[in-house]
Amino acid sequence: MKNLWTLILVLAISAPAAFAAERVVALKNAPGKDTVEAMCSGCHSLDYIPLNSPFLDQQGWTAEVNKMINAYGAPIPQADAAKAIAYLAANYGKP
Amino acid sequence: MLRRQFLQALGSAAAFPVFGPLRAEGAEAVNLTYGLPAGAYGVAQMGTLPGKRPLIEWTARPPNYEAPLSAFATPFTPNDLFFVRYHLAGIPPQIDVQQWQIAIGGGGVATPLQLGFQDLQRGFEQVEVPAVCQCSGSRRGLSDPHVPGVQWGVGAMGCARWRGPRVKDILAKAGIKPGAVEVVFNGADGPVLTTTPDFVKSLPIAKVMDENTIVALEMNGEPLPHFNGYPARLIVPGWTGTYWMKHLISIEPVMKPFDGFWMKAAYRIPTGMFPTVQIFATQQNEMTTPITEMVVNSLITLPAEGARFRIGEPVTVTGLAWDGGYGIRSVVVSIDNGASWREAMLGEDSGRYAFRTWAYRFTAAGPASQTIRAKATNRLGESQVETLIFNGAGYHNNVVRPTTIVIA
Repeated sequence: MKNLWTLILVLAISAPAAFAAERVVALKNAPGKDTVEAMCSGCHSLDYIPLNSPFLDQQGWTAEVNKMINAYGAPIPQADAAKAIAYLAANYGKP
Repeated sequence: MLRRQFLQALGSAAAFPVFGPLRAEGAEAVNLTYGLPAGAYGVAQMGTLPGKRPLIEWTARPPNYEAPLSAFATPFTPNDLFFVRYHLAGIPPQIDVQQWQIAIGGGGVATPLQLGFQDLQRGFEQVEVPAVCQCSGSRRGLSDPHVPGVQWGVGAMGCARWRGPRVKDILAKAGIKPGAVEVVFNGADGPVLTTTPDFVKSLPIAKVMDENTIVALEMNGEPLPHFNGYPARLIVPGWTGTYWMKHLISIEPVMKPFDGFWMKAAYRIPTGMFPTVQIFATQQNEMTTPITEMVVNSLITLPAEGARFRIGEPVTVTGLAWDGGYGIRSVVVSIDNGASWREAMLGEDSGRYAFRTWAYRFTAAGPASQTIRAKATNRLGESQVETLIFNGAGYHNNVVRPTTIVIA
């Protein structure tokens, strides 16, 4: 697990360099933001989150996070996933 | 200012020093269609990938960039305005065409081969196929209710003249074994994590052997832009973009259906939901089936939503129509909220897989506004729908889409 996180970190730093100046996406300040940034940005830019808002409810965001883990193999511990889902539903969820 | 004019202007100042990128169009405003999720309007910006003019940037990594409406003013889409779509961010920053090779292998070939770019160019007949490449999820952002994914408006598509060898000719050289059921295609791009399934797709033998299925080495007479699959991409006319593998590195006939994630779990629609002639039988089950042919559709390119006209002023409506390769039979236009429809005039026929232009003229009557609708019908008699056929992935959205102009 530790190795995977190291890999994600390395790629998160090196991948954007290939395409220059990837903009910084400022997610809403709220508990869980750091977890979301850490677990999502290794594989994709964070613009995916506001782009997919605000129409997913708690169940919808749960399905998205689970898809990242189960279909795309993201090494996200259950506790982090729960934190991320709560953050996404509260800040980018269906009002 | 157009880039050409800008460069001409630059050229007149002989030794004009250029520092950094030319950003003549950098100030271009984002002009988005209506009906997208609120968050999409907040996040959209015009972004410029290497080799491209500004496009609507939805996501930076992997890059997902949509062509603005202005890209569709002509029946062939300029290469530097062609949309960009990737699933996974492991994209080679550049590819050396001298080193690049395509492997013809797999359990279904007699003699595995390695072919370089020049082999493909010189060793096979080069054919040109004008064809629309449209993302399966083009218009996903217009789904009601909204569904997750890249929130594409109307511009996740383009039409180009693709040129290169036929896949069937390449496979004939390697020799395809009797009983091969599908052919698997992979590209040089891939996942960031080793645990993420690589983007790999298969096609049924019949579609692979179609004389219009080619490996494109050229796009509109030029090398492919990097982000459209340089140096070679698969062209699958009539079928959605998911099969048009970019940066193609392998072609593998297989003796049993391919069971990769991107076939078994992604790019599927409920079986029987949409009119389809060419189904992918070896990948179909009772519940779902792979998306294959594009549904008939059209786009109003002018006038723009909210454009202003005076009463009595002539209005020229222009647009494009396309389908899954049967050809456009007619486009009808309504300017009275769908109460009556008149035939638009079809433009030049560039082939059954290409955009078909159309035009319709009327006199602005008002009183305050007029709503223009266009509906295309293909040669099978299939027409665009009035009501969305909802599916969870937001595919095949060909709802008649009104443009409202202001009459003052």
